[in-house]
Amino acid sequence: MRRRLAAHGIDRALLLLLPAVAFVAVIFLYPFLYGLVLSFKPERYVGAFGNYQQFFADPFLRDTIAITLGLAVPAALFNVIASVPIAYRMRGAFRGKRLLIGMLVMPVTLGTVLIAKGLLTLLGARGWVNRALLDLGLVEDPVRFVNNYWGVLLTLVITGFPFAFLLTLSYLGGIDPMLERAAATLGAGPRQRFWRITFPLLLPGLAITFILTFVLAFAVFPSAVLVGEPAGETRVISIVAYRAAYEQFDASMASAIAMIMGAVQLAVVVIVLGVRGRLYRGPSGGGKG
Amino acid sequence: MTATPRLRELVLDGLSRSFGKQIALAALDLRIEGGEFIALLGPSGCGKSTALNCIAGLIAPTGGTIFLDGRSLDGTPSEKRGFGVVFQSYALFQHMTVRANIAFGLRMRRLPKERVAARVDQALALVQLEGLADRYPSQLSGGQQQRVAIARAIVIEPPLVLMDEPLSNLDAKLRLEMRTEIRRLHRELGLTTIYVTHDQEEAFSLADRLVVLREGVAQQIGAPDEIYYRPANPYVADFVGFRNAVAMTLERRDGYVGLARGRGLRASGRVSGVGSSGPVTLAIRPDDLVVGGPGENAFEITVDAVEFRGRSFVLEGLTDTGQRLRGTSAAAVPIGDAVTLRAPSDRVLLFTGAG
Repeated sequence: MRRRLAAHGIDRALLLLLPAVAFVAVIFLYPFLYGLVLSFKPERYVGAFGNYQQFFADPFLRDTIAITLGLAVPAALFNVIASVPIAYRMRGAFRGKRLLIGMLVMPVTLGTVLIAKGLLTLLGARGWVNRALLDLGLVEDPVRFVNNYWGVLLTLVITGFPFAFLLTLSYLGGIDPMLERAAATLGAGPRQRFWRITFPLLLPGLAITFILTFVLAFAVFPSAVLVGEPAGETRVISIVAYRAAYEQFDASMASAIAMIMGAVQLAVVVIVLGVRGRLYRGPSGGGKG
Repeated sequence: MTATPRLRELVLDGLSRSFGKQIALAALDLRIEGGEFIALLGPSGCGKSTALNCIAGLIAPTGGTIFLDGRSLDGTPSEKRGFGVVFQSYALFQHMTVRANIAFGLRMRRLPKERVAARVDQALALVQLEGLADRYPSQLSGGQQQRVAIARAIVIEPPLVLMDEPLSNLDAKLRLEMRTEIRRLHRELGLTTIYVTHDQEEAFSLADRLVVLREGVAQQIGAPDEIYYRPANPYVADFVGFRNAVAMTLERRDGYVGLARGRGLRASGRVSGVGSSGPVTLAIRPDDLVVGGPGENAFEITVDAVEFRGRSFVLEGLTDTGQRLRGTSAAAVPIGDAVTLRAPSDRVLLFTGAG
């Protein structure tokens, strides 16, 4: 019996998974289920679906989905699209490559708050750029570079790009450089080599990269408050969840918003993975026939 | 069925390539005629792949020029050369079917669809893969992938086919099969082929002419039998199977025939090189050094290793002066026995100069 289980990869070493399973159950599963149940016990609204009905009935809440998607999707798209040509040029070995990678990846270490602070110092109403413009007499009043949609988008790009770049670089590294050389000997120029060989092979990886930067961007909170316009055009979903929980003390409503947030993210992930599955026409598994 | 070659001649004129201070290929001169099958032979790091990549246009030579029918290929990128290349790793496009892989080169040439389909079908038939056109490379065996790689390279009807150790990832039996196959395609399609390998047997059986390379320098260029029987120097001799090498001194020379002594041995053989005295390197194949065989050269060894080879046994042992020799015996010899190995002097080579 033990041998038969072992043949299926089941043996005592599997017990080592227990702490991790327990951890996931305590830290993720329990709060998730607790929140899910809580969201169906409204404090202010009627019926099990009261919170959800209210969310979708009130444009102030409902619109946060579109606002957040409006930030996260362009940011993730930009990060993925921008990282491809840069990573593509950086495949080979060259002098100063590590330094360049270090510089490109550095914003990861800064954190959103520091980046927001930097952006305000540079582009805020009393930031360097505005003061220079005012002193030079080029403008009468400070220009609003940040504290709006663009300020938040910019921070999402600054924080998200390093992730996208690193992932793209490693996906590119997984593509055999001999393939492009083979394509060259068959008459394919540099553009054709990229679009017909490297890009299709990279696409599944780009889908994953998009998903990761998207999820990262969708949960935007600090920068939406610090360099955005949290009452208006950057009223993202996490802000209304925060308000419900800590300003209105409606934990039930906050849970419902968190559930909606998760559902939207999941929907985007499923759509992207679906498209990915259709785009990659090769067999998914290896296996010799 | 034979076709006429699509190339008159390819000339390598002092082709060289260095990587920093490292010289990978030093001034290779070679004239290849249309229809020839040339093998570049040597151990890894001898510069054979570098030469091939230079010809393919995948790396730029640091010196010399390649002339294709009198036209210099300097600055012509790989995609404009139109050579068919078969890579060691096959380099098949994993996201394309077998058919799309083979069609790739034709599509790059913007051939009409029906022509592409017809020629791909023809190529599939040539490499006997008709039934697998819609599979993906990962669904094929190593040998089948190899056939796809060959079909992809020859379907574009290249003036020159370059093969970089194409059989080294296959098992022994398949390697033999594919060898015959490659030779057949070369002949039937009138190809001109440059074939890189470290396997001397493969090179001997396939090529019309061989180039033996060592550390970027061509050691000998010649027909297989020439290199097999008349290696130019001790290095080539060792590489093509003259596994016995003994440092001796030449005592007498009479035309091609010489007499040498050293390490307690006395040998007469065919002298290669200039000079009638001084250091020589004796070289004999184990196959020519036979227990109870013919020949005026006789060496006595105490056997310390015996290897069964099917038809015969390969013996190894030491002479009483401690010189290791390898010979052949028709019958098994017990370890520890003393035997006398004999070789005719026309099978013994004496290379003058310090080897």
